[in-house]
Amino acid sequence: MNYHWNWHIFLEPNPMGTGTYLDMLLSGLWLTIGTGLAAWIIALVLGSIVGVLRTLPSRAASWIGFAYVEFFRNMPLLVQLFLWFFVLPELLPRTWGLWLKQLPHAPFYTAAIGIGLFMSARVAEQLRAGIGSLPRGQKMAATALGLNTVQTYAYVLLPMAFRIILPPLTSEFINTIKNTAVAITIGLLELTGEARSMQEFSFQVFEAFTAATVMYLLLNLVIVTAMRLIERAVAIPGYISGK
Amino acid sequence: MFANFDFDVIRRSLGYLFFDGMTFTLTLTALSALGGLVFGTAIALMRLSGLKLLGRIAGIYVDFMRTLPLVLVIFWFYFLVPYIGQWLTGASRPISVGAFASSLITFVMFEAAYFSEIMRAGIQSISRGQPAAAQALGLTYRQTMRYVVLPQAFRNMLPVLLTQTIVLFQDTSLVYVLSIPDFLGAASKVAQRDGRLVEMYLFAALVYFTISCVASFGVRRLQARIAIVR
Repeated sequence: MNYHWNWHIFLEPNPMGTGTYLDMLLSGLWLTIGTGLAAWIIALVLGSIVGVLRTLPSRAASWIGFAYVEFFRNMPLLVQLFLWFFVLPELLPRTWGLWLKQLPHAPFYTAAIGIGLFMSARVAEQLRAGIGSLPRGQKMAATALGLNTVQTYAYVLLPMAFRIILPPLTSEFINTIKNTAVAITIGLLELTGEARSMQEFSFQVFEAFTAATVMYLLLNLVIVTAMRLIERAVAIPGYISGK
Repeated sequence: MFANFDFDVIRRSLGYLFFDGMTFTLTLTALSALGGLVFGTAIALMRLSGLKLLGRIAGIYVDFMRTLPLVLVIFWFYFLVPYIGQWLTGASRPISVGAFASSLITFVMFEAAYFSEIMRAGIQSISRGQPAAAQALGLTYRQTMRYVVLPQAFRNMLPVLLTQTIVLFQDTSLVYVLSIPDFLGAASKVAQRDGRLVEMYLFAALVYFTISCVASFGVRRLQARIAIVR
């Protein structure tokens, strides 16, 4: 290979004047974490609502949940981001559209909301499966105790379901973090984006991508370890994963 | 809000969108799924082979691929493949690899990790008696896998494999980051040339949505049919 390795490149100043190339990548890492967390909160909140809707006895509610999930699951994330970023401002009334276009940090908000909505459909499916896996007797017992639907969900079904689906939720959280890389297409300079621009400025392709890869691996390790601890702390006694 | 919609831009570019763009997307999807399945099955067999080192290597590969965002992997291979090609062929400089070949290699290597997990689950779902019976009949390891285990694992996992292929179909849109004219890339080119982002992106969304919906409906039907057989 006649590739010129230069691992010192990370300590050289970047052309943006924001410090070294390493600083550039680190700022990308922070943006990846920030966008990922914001998207994950949106995905969890909306996904929980939609997941519950899909398990309600009301046909209308479960149909709305079904339509929501199918809508967000059957389009590539990239296309969805384009819809929010390029198409939505044009379809809104003029003044709103202008306001949206001039919003500072528009790529960040678009990415957080777009990825959040995309992932919420997946969270909803996980939660539906989790609620579906509970024995029928749980809901019946709650009804027999005189709990209404809201109370049944809040005190009986959801606390159980969420703990059962914690492992798949961990994967979905990691997927959310990984999906923030798609936002490079709408100009968000997250980790992959910063690695890409470092490659363009310095021509050190493999150093840049190696560093980004290592950062993703470390981030992944931190999340998996943290989630293991949480899983252990909230494990349901009597289940295989329980104490 | 649809008053100044230009539906004609879609009609004018239909040929380009589908004959060039969609053909690229569908060919890439089909070949990647096929390649991913072959490599994925090989990786799954490595992991289940009982040979510690082989299993470790396969496991690390799968975990590694599944930790990285697809966009980063696309960039990696785009820059790496020319050098690997140079190394393999002993050429004096990095060889140039076409857009299609580069993305095909990327998706085969990336999807192999995901397909291998599906095939592993499929192989593990086969009852222990089956390979034992095959061995009792005097079949070798190769024959056991080829005639007994893999056909059943593949059949049991067919719905999941197809669902993963739908995900792959959607993911191929990410080759956009390399400015490759797949379906979305073609739509985006027309959109930027004619200044018709709204029409083109809405149309692209509609096409992806329709294809994925129909395909996942088909998978659900198939799943119901397979469920009866067992």
